[in-house]
Amino acid sequence: MTDVPDAAGYPGARGPERTRAIVSHGIRLAVHEWGERDAPPLVLAHGGFDFARTFDVFAPMLAEAGWRIVAWDQRGHGDSQHAALYSWEADLRDVVAVVDSVSRDPLPIVGHSKGGGITVQFASALPHRVSHLVNLDGLPSRRSMPDVPDHERTKLMADELGTWLDFRRNVVGRSRRPGTIDELAERRGRMNPRLSREWLRYLVTVGGRRDADGWRWKIDPALRMGGFGPWRAQWAMARLPGLSMPLLAVLGLQPETMSSGTQPADIEPSLPPGARIVGLEDTGHFVHIEQPRRVAELVLDFLGTPA
Amino acid sequence: MTRPEATVTVLHSRIELALHRLRDGDGAPLLHLHGLGERSPTAVPGHLAGWPGPIWALDFTGHGASGMPVGGGYFCELLMADVDAALAHLGPTILYGRGLGAYVALLTAGARPDLVRGAILDDGPGLKGGGPEPTTPYVLPEPLETPGPPDPYALFELSHDVRPADYATTYARLAATLSGLDVALAVCAQVRPPWLAAVAAEPGVREIDRSGALALFAAP
Repeated sequence: MTDVPDAAGYPGARGPERTRAIVSHGIRLAVHEWGERDAPPLVLAHGGFDFARTFDVFAPMLAEAGWRIVAWDQRGHGDSQHAALYSWEADLRDVVAVVDSVSRDPLPIVGHSKGGGITVQFASALPHRVSHLVNLDGLPSRRSMPDVPDHERTKLMADELGTWLDFRRNVVGRSRRPGTIDELAERRGRMNPRLSREWLRYLVTVGGRRDADGWRWKIDPALRMGGFGPWRAQWAMARLPGLSMPLLAVLGLQPETMSSGTQPADIEPSLPPGARIVGLEDTGHFVHIEQPRRVAELVLDFLGTPA
Repeated sequence: MTRPEATVTVLHSRIELALHRLRDGDGAPLLHLHGLGERSPTAVPGHLAGWPGPIWALDFTGHGASGMPVGGGYFCELLMADVDAALAHLGPTILYGRGLGAYVALLTAGARPDLVRGAILDDGPGLKGGGPEPTTPYVLPEPLETPGPPDPYALFELSHDVRPADYATTYARLAATLSGLDVALAVCAQVRPPWLAAVAAEPGVREIDRSGALALFAAP
């Protein structure tokens, strides 16, 4: 374990107390921890194109309540190794590796966005490893699918496929565009329009690195937003009713660029017995960043006393 | 006209792919795509000997003489981009796919209708994938031993990838409408998993035997 210095610069933000490396199927992953080493563990899973240190405000709040918070940078993200290939299944295996490095006993897991989707699948595949599951705006529903006519969808698909293949042809030797902290914050703000410029600037300092020609996001330039594939929202939804552990779902009800658009009524029919669902008004996709205190209180209340 | 087999290396992201020239010839090239766990043949298979043009064969990522990634992460659209890397070298090409290679040929025909001038979908390993819906999720508890190609992660991941019929037909429609070909896809496979049964029923798709399919796409 190596100590990571706090990166000052955002009110309430605190870097992890410890960072360590594990190897998952040959790929080195950076695992970050907040709170006492011997406190009961609580695992956090970040969303796509994020990294563990996007929890720098949220995680300390949970740690102060007596939890050992464990978050990792997904492969290709943050300080984890860049891989030749990326897939949902590979990410799912990495969850196993991270959880194995913490405990063999069931433990609570909180996942945001894509991290929420992956941890629902983890809990579905390995129910004996999860005591409680919290999903932060990571339950896409049918509603998130664009409502466009078939021929229009075909056109969109053709464009997307061609663009993606062109991108794959030119991945080799590619690097992220350098810039000042302000420029990187501005670019990220286009995808995260509800997050403050101050927070985005802070993210650059912990999720970027400073090269001779400027700051660059650490994320692998081979990763690209958007995509296509046979995936269906209803398949993810079909995993919910059978979940055996207590479930808390927190939805950001304010539609925005990255949000799933899921409303409570979309998931209520699929919830397992006893599940809690909380919709936050005037809150976008990044519920734990827009309202860290409120969401931390919801999570702590749901989990009860650390034990 | 026949020269010894030669292998060209094409790069797809960080993986070096082996693209084998099996035979020279005049006209459009035919590109052989192997099935799951297979590798490219070292000589022109008898059932393709009637093709008048050059014949090439591609080893997918993690197969044959192509590079093997660390830690898996395979999906069929990725193999489609393998084929696209070969198309960047070959130009307009007719695809012949076996099993997994047939599904990947379909995807590529839909995504690159200007470069794929016909695709032949034949039987072979990995034709079915994981079926039209996800199976019960399973996560590998321990890393797989990777003694050499084929990559066991490829065998594991590509044996249960989901192939919904309406996803496959989207690619068939892209191929049929954007390639400008009267027949964009030829289905030779005897086995018809749901994705292939749906594709076979689409406009612009012909159910035909192998020699008929070769003749269809060889015609100028």
